[in-house]
Amino acid sequence: MSTETIDLRTKLITDFHARESVMNGEAKSAFHQKKRAAIVQFEELGFPTPQNEEWKYSNVRDLVSASYNFNTSDTLSAEDLIDLKMPEQAANILYFVNGHYNPALSTVVSSTEQIIIDSLQNAYKNNPDLVNSYFDELVKNDTDAFTSLNTAFAHDGVFIYVPNNQTVEHPVILRFVSDARVENVGSQPRNIIAVGKNAHVKIAEAFRTIGDERSFTNVVTEINVGEEAGVEYYKVQNESENAYHIGTTQVRMLNKSHFYAATVTLNGKFTRNNLNIVIDGEHCEAYMYGLYFPDGAQHVDNHTVADHRKPNSESNELYKGILRDRSKGVFNGKIFVRPDAQKTNAFQSCKNIVLSTDATMYTKPQLEIFADDVKCSHGTTTGQIDEEALFYMRSRGISKSEAMSLLMFAFCADVVSQIKIDSIREYLENVIAEKLSRK
Amino acid sequence: MLSINGLRASIDGKEILKGINLEIKPGEVHAIMGPNGSGKSTLASVLAGREEYEVTGGSVTFGGKDLLELAAEERAAEGIFLAFQYPVEIPGVTTINFLKTAVNEIRKYNGEEPLDAARFLKMVREKAKLVSMNDSLLKRALNEGFSGGEKKRNEIFQMAVLEPKLAILDETDSGLDIDALRIVAEGVNSLRSPERSAIVVTHYQRLLDYIVPDFVHVLYKGRIVKSGGKELAFELEEKGYDWIKAEVEAQEVN
Ligand SMILES: Nc1ncnc2c1ncn2[C@@H]1O[C@H](COP(=O)(O)OP(=O)(O)O)[C@@H](O)[C@H]1O
Ligand SMILES: [Mg+2]
Repeated sequence: MSTETIDLRTKLITDFHARESVMNGEAKSAFHQKKRAAIVQFEELGFPTPQNEEWKYSNVRDLVSASYNFNTSDTLSAEDLIDLKMPEQAANILYFVNGHYNPALSTVVSSTEQIIIDSLQNAYKNNPDLVNSYFDELVKNDTDAFTSLNTAFAHDGVFIYVPNNQTVEHPVILRFVSDARVENVGSQPRNIIAVGKNAHVKIAEAFRTIGDERSFTNVVTEINVGEEAGVEYYKVQNESENAYHIGTTQVRMLNKSHFYAATVTLNGKFTRNNLNIVIDGEHCEAYMYGLYFPDGAQHVDNHTVADHRKPNSESNELYKGILRDRSKGVFNGKIFVRPDAQKTNAFQSCKNIVLSTDATMYTKPQLEIFADDVKCSHGTTTGQIDEEALFYMRSRGISKSEAMSLLMFAFCADVVSQIKIDSIREYLENVIAEKLSRK
Repeated sequence: MLSINGLRASIDGKEILKGINLEIKPGEVHAIMGPNGSGKSTLASVLAGREEYEVTGGSVTFGGKDLLELAAEERAAEGIFLAFQYPVEIPGVTTINFLKTAVNEIRKYNGEEPLDAARFLKMVREKAKLVSMNDSLLKRALNEGFSGGEKKRNEIFQMAVLEPKLAILDETDSGLDIDALRIVAEGVNSLRSPERSAIVVTHYQRLLDYIVPDFVHVLYKGRIVKSGGKELAFELEEKGYDWIKAEVEAQEVN
């Protein structure tokens, strides 16, 4: 039987059972039971089609109609990374190659009193109960096939634990590199982040590709934000023209915590980001920033959820996009205000510049409010570049293309300036400037 | 320097300029006055190269070149500057960064090397002082949240930096108190030289106390209906525009 004749869903399910059959006692563990439940859910759900309201504008047919090698071993050396021009920074930097932790490329600078940073695999070996108490506790496997698939195959990724009252000085940068130089590769990293009471940390996930074959990344990150904790979380995607990326970041916030997210998608063939924040505490502040800049026939879909379950908290959301050529963008922002969540403030805004008549932006704000004493607002705009501003700049001698670049750079800056890890912000500024100069 | 002959322009199919003739020689300052809606801003915009306006007739030459053939940025590089009646707010672009880009784009057009950062900053500080513009404004986003007076002053500041051959000031005086007015006028006067010219669009004679024009023109219904020396401005101040309107209407009847 050649692999082409088997569809990806069947192949993955077969893979799962083949792996399971060679496990010994481990198959009985609580950890594995969660995975087994997830594969059953995946089997029931199947990959979504556009009939599924959540996937109406994002068709994964092309993604699931190829096969991917999910079992590549470590294939990258430090020299291979040079071309990626990774920004330098004094930080905890962890590399994952095709989803597998690469200790040789990685450096951890923070002390273990401040923060535990380990691969999920190692962490589970050393501390199974701790890891299991967080694994698969936040995500929903029964509604999203990609999440259940990730849970079923959860094997590697990062485990981060910040004890109470620790402020971690150095950021944690997770670099996920797909090595697609010789074949189609798949990876399913699973990241677990638990931040204790009054603890503070900055974490970034960066996604890059080497090589021109297809890469398929299906990543899930679970973030537990403890009481009074502060977490800054950045997701940066600058992948190849053949990169497919599906990601879910699932967050739970407790009392008086702060959570900042910025999701920046600069390149990739097909990208779907789910950012789901459950605000399960009072006096919390959640911020969601997003920026996407597709060109060619690229597709970027951002789905966000701010789920207010307790009173007196606030969520703020700003997503911005520039769309060129035949690219497509999707923004779906849900705000839930549950009956208990009185005195919620929830704001959402999505602004887009569409530079070509062949590019399309679909926006859908969705507010479901079950409490009466709340302040909510949302707005979306999709337009062209501001002609008044353009003429003003040109009248000062600035060429039309330079004026457009300046205006678009400024448009992006509202989001990019939110990123508080210097090397990443500067990297983004450079890539954006370079993209803007490429007409 | 600037020669306008029979210029006609329309927007959305509506003719606004109906045959303008105007000749400006190097070193001259021309004031253009006239009731609201006469077409003063339209004339200024057409000269600066705003593309929404369609030029339907006539010609404009500037320094021997066919101005109407040039894009807005090329006109700026050739030495035309428009101080906007309503300066535009540009979020996210600082005044200083904007001006640096403008200066270097113009230098590039004229085959010059870009100014290095230190020389640019020194020059900008001097010019800011000239129009009493606070340095802190330079670091803020262009015109964003600026008061009306600050925006107008920023226009004159930009003019001082770019040192145009022909400055067009579109009601730069409106909304300014007397001190700000004096500062604006000093900025303009400091640029006066035998090679530089200016078109000063204004409603009020008081600006012309400070920027003394060589000629005063009245624009009405898309035409220059009267021209004279600076005494014409006093006459208009005293008698308003009704007598001019009456003269025009009398001619239209004949
Ligand atoms: N963008 C536009 N669209 C339609 N009409 C315009 C536009 N700009 C100006 N006009 C019209 O052109 C005429 C002249 O306007 P303007 O040049 O602003 O006059 P002034 O500056 O002398 O007050 C007015 O009747 C005005 O309504
Ligand atoms: Mg006007």
